[in-house]
This record gives sequence, C-alpha cells and structure tokens, in this order.
Amino acid sequence: MNKKKIDSATIISAVIVLALFVAVFIAEQIIPATSMLFTVIKKGATYALVAVSMNLLNGFTGIFSLGQAGFMLIGAYVYGIFTIPVAARADVYQYYNGGLVQFTMPVFLAMLCAGLAAAFLAFLIGLPVLRLKSDYLAIATLGFAEIIRALFQWDKLGPVTNGSNMLRLFPNFNDFNIKNADGTVAVYFSTLVPLLIAGVCIGVIIMLINSTYGRALMAMRDDEIAAEAMGIRLASHKRLAFCISSFFAGVGGAMLAMYQTTVQAKSFTTAMTYEILLIVVIGGIGSVTGSCLSSFLFVACSEWWLRFLDQKQMIGNFEVPLLRNGFRLVVFSIIIMIVVLFFRQGIMGNKELPDLIRQLQGKNKGGADK
Amino acid sequence: MSENVLHIEHLTMRFGGVVAVNNLSMDINRGEIVALIGPNGAGKTTAFNMVTGVYTPTEGKIVLAGQDITGHRPDEITKLGIARTFQNIRLFGSMTVFDNVLTARHLRRTSNFLTATFRLNAAEERKMRQETEALLKEVGLSEFRDEMATSLPYGKQRLLEIARALSTQPKVLLLDEPAAGMNPQETEELGAFIKQIKDKFDLTVFLIEHHMNLVMGISDRIYVIDFGKQIAQGTPAEVQNNPAVIAAYLGVDEDEGVQ
Repeated sequence: MNKKKIDSATIISAVIVLALFVAVFIAEQIIPATSMLFTVIKKGATYALVAVSMNLLNGFTGIFSLGQAGFMLIGAYVYGIFTIPVAARADVYQYYNGGLVQFTMPVFLAMLCAGLAAAFLAFLIGLPVLRLKSDYLAIATLGFAEIIRALFQWDKLGPVTNGSNMLRLFPNFNDFNIKNADGTVAVYFSTLVPLLIAGVCIGVIIMLINSTYGRALMAMRDDEIAAEAMGIRLASHKRLAFCISSFFAGVGGAMLAMYQTTVQAKSFTTAMTYEILLIVVIGGIGSVTGSCLSSFLFVACSEWWLRFLDQKQMIGNFEVPLLRNGFRLVVFSIIIMIVVLFFRQGIMGNKELPDLIRQLQGKNKGGADK
Repeated sequence: MSENVLHIEHLTMRFGGVVAVNNLSMDINRGEIVALIGPNGAGKTTAFNMVTGVYTPTEGKIVLAGQDITGHRPDEITKLGIARTFQNIRLFGSMTVFDNVLTARHLRRTSNFLTATFRLNAAEERKMRQETEALLKEVGLSEFRDEMATSLPYGKQRLLEIARALSTQPKVLLLDEPAAGMNPQETEELGAFIKQIKDKFDLTVFLIEHHMNLVMGISDRIYVIDFGKQIAQGTPAEVQNNPAVIAAYLGVDEDEGVQ
C-alpha cells in the first residue's frame, strides 16, 4: 500500500497480469473455441468481477451485504433490454407486442447503464438498509434481492422485462470476434474482451481501495467509532461503498448475460449470491487477488475439472461406485468444507499479489522468477 | 481572560432515570490545558462523549469557538476542530502506523471519490503523505512507520492515538485518560509531550486523567465532578486544598493513581 514510489513488486505483478492477458489472447487463436478453457475464463472473469465487488463491501468496508444477485439481475436485464436489436424485439417480446423499448444501444454504453442502474438502485435501497448492522443488513439485502427477482418476473412489467420469459438475441461474447466477410472468424476476442472488461473494472476497484477513500473504508471496517471520531462520515462512506460495489455487480450481471446469451430473472437466485460469497471467503476476505484466483478455481472445478464425477467411470473393468449425476456437487461441497475448516484465511488471507512477490524477494533477494 | 475556545453550558445527560452528568458548565480558553477529574463513574467520559457528539446532551449547550455544536455528528465536530483519543485504545488494527495517521487526514480532503480513484488528487495525496511523515517524526514514531498499529508496545499505541488525533488538525484536543496503564516514568514523559505538542500545534487541551501527578503537573485549571455534578474548579493548588475534593476523591485516588 506504500506506493510513494512504485516498487518492483507492483511492476512484476502488473507484468504477470499483462502476460496472462497475452497468453489468453494467443491461446484463443490456437486452441479451438469450443474448449472448456474459454468457458471457464469467460465465466471466471465475470465471477471475479462480482466477487471483487462483493469483497469491496464485505472485506474492505465491513458491510455484510447479500444483495449481489439482485444487483447482477438488474445489470443483466438493463444490458439485455437495451441491446436486443430492434429487428429481433418482436421475436423476443412475442407476448408483449415487441415490448416498449424500441431502440438499441452500443454494447459498452449498455454495460455502463447496467452498472449505473444497479448503483442507483443501491443508492435508494441503501437509504434505509445501511442503517442496519451486520446480520440484519445481510438479511435486508437478501430480501431485497428476492423482491427484485420477483418483480422482474411480474407480468405487468412484461413490456419492459418480458415477464417470466427470457431475454435473448442480444450481443454476446462471441460478437467480439472479428469476422471475415464470409462469416469465419479472423481474430478471436470472445475470451479476451470479457477478461479485459473484468480486468479494467477490478483495476478501478483496486485504485479506489488504495486511495484516500479506500483507507477511510478500511478504517470504518476496523473501528467505526474511531473512524467517525477521525471525521469520517459513516453514512456517506457506506453509501459510497455500497453504490460502487453494486455498480460493478451490475456490470458483472451484464457480463453474465453475455456469457449465458440469455437472461431469465429466476436464475438470479440466492444460491448465486452464496456462490459469490463462497468465492470471496475461499479467496480470502480482504484480498482482491484471492477473489480473482478463487473465482477461476471455483468455476473451473464446478464446470470442468469435477465434471467426470457426474458420469460413470471405469477403471479397467471396475466401475467406480457412487459416481452418478449430481455427485460432483457432493464432492464440491466437501472441498469447500475442507477449505473453510482448515484454511480459514482463504487462499490469500488479506495479502495481495505484490505482497507475495515482496515476500519472495525478501527470501531470495532478486531471484524471484515467476 | 483570553479567547474562549470551548464553552459548555448547563450540560446534562440522563440515561433513563440515571443522571450521568448534571448541569455541568465549563469554559476553556485558547492555549490552556484543562483537566476534568473525578472518581470512577463520575461522568467524565460521558461529558467527553457529549462534547465529541457521540451523545446528544439531554439539556445544555456546547459552543466551539463561537459556534454551537450541540447535537452535531461526531465527524462534523471533528471537522470543526475537536479531536479525541480513547480511553481504551481504538486504533485501526489492520493498518500500519503510517496509514493510521494518514487516514485521519481524510477529512481535510478536497477530492471526491472519482478524482481520488483516478489519481487526479496526486498533489493533495503527496501533501497528505508528507505531512503525515512530518507528524510521525514530530511525535517520535517514524521508526515504527511500517509496523502494524496493534503490534506496537502499549505506550506507543497511546502515542499513536494522539498522533492520529493531531492529524485531523484540531483546535481542541480531548485526551481520555492518556496515561492509563503507563508507568510513572512514561507518565512523566507523556506530560512533557502533551505540553510540547500543545505549543507546537497551537492546541487547547482538555483531558480526563486519573494520574494525579500528571494532572497536577500540567493542568492550568482543573474541574472536579462527582456523581455527575461539579464540586470544585480552580488551579491545581486550589483544587488540591479544596475540602470537598479531598473528601470526595483526592485522598482515595492518590493511592490508586500510583498503583
């Protein structure tokens, strides 16, 4: 956090991140687009952003909020509603005469709107809810997310939200690919762009955390009474953190919409919030690096590495017992319990990547090769 | 008398049927060191909490340099120039010594969250850091700069609390039992330190303390309360010889104070 002058650890971290981006770009051109790797990166990037935004609240500000799925839902819907091509609207809104909204926004503008809408709602919700403390706040935000989910499925709002029917046909990650005239893909960007979007957003959050406002938020987390006595206005700073976190949850929701290619309110369940919370806890409460790492690990485990547990597996002639549809979730839960029981600090505790590099440098002066 | 900085008028605080502070009036002038003493449970910390805005007084008025601050929020009052330390140390535990002091500069910012996030306030941030560095040097904590606040020895933590309060650039510094848990030598050093920062930062100091040596040694004037009511006031010599005070308090506490 002492960035009086930028130290080598920070530079090395930046280089590592940059190298990852380059690696993804190259991999995308070589490996077939159907590879599970890209699915994991796309979804992982989305979850990483939402997890970091949740960490900003739960880890850095000390506000225990469980409204993440609600803000993602808003982001996803705002994105979907504003980007479905006008020509496709009659098809999507078939039960509502093509819907009310009859214009289309550029993708990035719609993502910004998604974030702003979530932030605005957070502002409104925050007025009453942020007066509550700890578990009460968690329950109130959880309730809010449920209300939002019900509201967006309400038939009367159908002309805007398409009721309980899904939104679809809006631009998704594959539309970032640059195509030749004949429709074949010239350069793949469908994985890199989501990763970049998440990266930029997380970068902004890191910059906020390292600013004077970030210090004020952490002071509030450490000791509210002392923070207030040092002239930090609790209400406004909590609201700020809540709105910013929701903004990025909204952007994350838009990304999730692009990842899924369809949006349906009923999929933004409490379980989704818990998944994000798990990621934050596993990664380490108060570590951005941890949240990012654990997002990718979490998504890779649940979508890819543990898939084999859902099918019959033969070792020679021996059929491995227990393996059947759904067994993956059992194993997954056990892994999570082990992590929570034995690695209570999560993967990273409250350390960040530069801290690790500094440790390495301390041990092995100048010889850190990573 | 010289310029009045803090004026407290008929201050009363009731918690249900309990009257914690009863009709307390005080006047503190610029550049003074004024102590508020009294036996345990006399209402000293309650009085502090009213002045700093933690409690809104049931009755009465608090005026800081001509401005009525009764019932203002704690952060507003700090902004107007009253900083405090806590009886039971309340440092920002996850932060370094440097960041603790730096964070207390947040309230003097001119940036908003966008300019701060995108580093458009670099000049201000640099100035904040330089001033924090200077302040740490002033109070003698420079060598602990990068240590975690809670890993400091007890006496240094108390010092850090004072440094953090100074960082808010106060007119009046409220010290809530700054010598609690200190040995006689540390207490003596603290007394000299309080006088030194008072002159250096042009402060007015208002303190609660049980160590009578410290109180008598540095205070210009002393107010004594017992059961929420003021029973005496005056110079240390006057208070020491006041029969009401001796009866209520001094004789008993001198032993306690030395421990």
